[in-house]
Amino acid sequence: MAEEKKLFKVTIDNITVEVEPGTSILNAARMIGGEIAPPAMCYYSKLKGSGGKCRTCLVEVSAGSTADPRPMPKLVASCRTNVMDGMVVKNITSERVQDARKGVVELLLINHPLDCPICDQAGECHLQDLSYEHGAEGTRYEFPRRTFEKHDLGPYIQLHMTRCILCYRCVFTADQLTNKRVHGVLDRGDHAEIATYIEKALDNDFIGNVIDVCPVGALTDKTFRFKNRVWFLKPEDAHRDCPKCSGKVTLWYRGDEVFRVTGRKDQWGELHDWICNECRFEKKKTSDWVIDGPTKISHHSVISANHYVDTVKPHETLPEVMGGRNPRLLMDIHDVSEVNKPNIDLSKIPGPAHSTDFKKGNTKSEG
Amino acid sequence: MGRKLLLEKAHVPGIRNYDVYRREGGYRSVEKALKTMSPDQVTEEVKKSGLRGRGGAGFPAGMKWSFLAKPEGVPRYLVCNADESEPGTFKDRYLMEFIPHLLVEGLIVASYALGSNKTFIYIRGEYAWIVDILEQAIAEAKTNGFLGKNILGTGFDCEIYVQRGAGAYICGEETALIESLEGKRGNPRIKPPFPAVKGVWDCPTVVNNVETIAAVVPIINITGEEYAKIGVGKSTGTKLISACGNINKPGVYEIDMTISVEEFIYSDEYCGGIAHGKRLKACIPGGSSVPILPANLLLKTAKGENRMMNYESLSDGGFATGTMMGSGGFIVLDEDQCVVRHTLTLARFYRHESCGQCSPCREGTGWMEKILKNIEYGKGKKSDIDLLWDIQRKIEGNTICPLGDAAAWPVAAAIRHFRDEFEWHVQYPNAAQNRNYGLAHYADPLPIATAPKA
Repeated sequence: MAEEKKLFKVTIDNITVEVEPGTSILNAARMIGGEIAPPAMCYYSKLKGSGGKCRTCLVEVSAGSTADPRPMPKLVASCRTNVMDGMVVKNITSERVQDARKGVVELLLINHPLDCPICDQAGECHLQDLSYEHGAEGTRYEFPRRTFEKHDLGPYIQLHMTRCILCYRCVFTADQLTNKRVHGVLDRGDHAEIATYIEKALDNDFIGNVIDVCPVGALTDKTFRFKNRVWFLKPEDAHRDCPKCSGKVTLWYRGDEVFRVTGRKDQWGELHDWICNECRFEKKKTSDWVIDGPTKISHHSVISANHYVDTVKPHETLPEVMGGRNPRLLMDIHDVSEVNKPNIDLSKIPGPAHSTDFKKGNTKSEG
Repeated sequence: MGRKLLLEKAHVPGIRNYDVYRREGGYRSVEKALKTMSPDQVTEEVKKSGLRGRGGAGFPAGMKWSFLAKPEGVPRYLVCNADESEPGTFKDRYLMEFIPHLLVEGLIVASYALGSNKTFIYIRGEYAWIVDILEQAIAEAKTNGFLGKNILGTGFDCEIYVQRGAGAYICGEETALIESLEGKRGNPRIKPPFPAVKGVWDCPTVVNNVETIAAVVPIINITGEEYAKIGVGKSTGTKLISACGNINKPGVYEIDMTISVEEFIYSDEYCGGIAHGKRLKACIPGGSSVPILPANLLLKTAKGENRMMNYESLSDGGFATGTMMGSGGFIVLDEDQCVVRHTLTLARFYRHESCGQCSPCREGTGWMEKILKNIEYGKGKKSDIDLLWDIQRKIEGNTICPLGDAAAWPVAAAIRHFRDEFEWHVQYPNAAQNRNYGLAHYADPLPIATAPKA
């Protein structure tokens, strides 16, 4: 048995944790969790060498370590800076960080098309979350936005370069999962783009994972494009015996139909396991899969709208006001419809309710 | 007349060839270092000389050498940064073109000190003809036993290779240079690890500017202590300044850092005054990335002292009233130059040269250029000036490599010192298309030690 490893004490936003040497500030902050974890658009814990590019995870180091307590002069990228023993980090408690992060978000958005209403990523887009949480409500950018021609990346993957924030995640994915990377970053500066140079299909059993690692809607699933909004879908964990990959996936249902298959993601939006193209694009029948149960979705996510877990209903005040009598119409009219059929629970209907749901003799949703 | 160490023999006919260079005392330092000194002694000598990196940052070269990790069984590399692409800087070109053997000689000594058996010169792609000159010099040195196996019978092996870049300013940043040298896309690496620990092919590497390497030769020849006596304070030795712009005698000058800026511009020995008898308006003393200064702050510091041509004096007053020595690209603007247009040119350059890896620089440089273009062409708004200031503030310090800072500083300095001129452009867009703002009050003596306008 080796000697017990010495743990490093690091204080982030006045909360102290002990982490192993070699942990990045970002991962230490993720151990604390919540708002203290800086946002990360380009860092991906499963991709070696990723991170440091988007600059949204900048934090202030107000004391370098116990041995050398000088503060670092510049804000540092928390995803690529390792903790030292006795380091003191300020993230949400630092105005400088908040200001810089707001600036980075503004700069990330000046050339983003903001076409969320027609973008398939909307609802599970990291850039969307980031701009809601850290961005300004308006932009000061008054010039035409940068646009790109669409590139065709084969039968499964659509590249919409205009939305790309050049996080390099898909480049690292192709580098580390496939034996030959055929796409990369061309040109430099603000006209840099992800491309295959000569139009070429990405053809590898695991290349579909670039869709899952893409933080924005630049790489989308062609088999799912424009089929549905993610928040109308119900994710279910499922698995199958796959000779190529772990076979552990999330199925996205609407009604009985599987609209798409993705890898399982953790609370930071990162995949647990890489999955193969066959699982992702070919197996779209429930009969292909063994269902493990509903996927846990954070109640902050729009995907969990209409199927909240553990929510507390507001206190009913009407009987009090009315001297103990119950009103004819209840506040939760949107939850249980008393008007037409009280036994229909709207929240249990897959997708939005239609008039057909209330027609007499319709037994579909009464079960 | 200042003392010359680097360019002393530059005008000897045929100095480009080995025979003449050797006859003029060349390669003495190689003989001295390899035969009579240990590698650590050479490093020690460079430390004593106080030589500071001549590429722009001014980091002490001896210190950099001593940081080099020396694990057993891992090769170490010396890389000479000849990717001189800073607008206004052309001193390395002059050095390599006229006395290439000085660089080769310096490289052999430095390689010996650092234990590098494979040394690279990474030269910018546009210097195509200099590659031939350097390769000829390397071949001549090899024929005469100064390169290759067992140099001068001391058992030290060294080869020098010249690698051409492909025309990117960013490859002058040391980690981007290393990436490019390895054959990859020239994106700067995220530090740490520093090149001294993990550089070329993950081996310990030192990257030095051409002029720094060349300065090693006189240091070994006259000893570090003697070298340190030239100059003032921490600015030791001589520095090559490439002067350009509206001056009578543009060119490369070697100065010993004891002269004042005023003398450098007006004396006949150096720039020879402003061309066509015009008046001095502004100057960028260290290459395009360093802050621009108006004439009054350029010649006198905020304390009222004469500003001298050395690292400390030029940066006196911080960015509020000072600037930087940088790489020595001395750009002079006369009274008919438009600072707005000038800033636009620089912003366009940085937008074009941003590698696009990290977001503040990729997006911010383009935005600044567009706003400056509007102001210059009479479509600007008053709020644009504050917006520019805010954008540069969001870029500076938040990027992976110094290019973000280099793009932000010229814009910041131009607004800091020449806000009136920006406002004039916004207020009188039509007049701004037809005439210049002129010298205005930029040469007026400043009240001593008052805070300038923010």
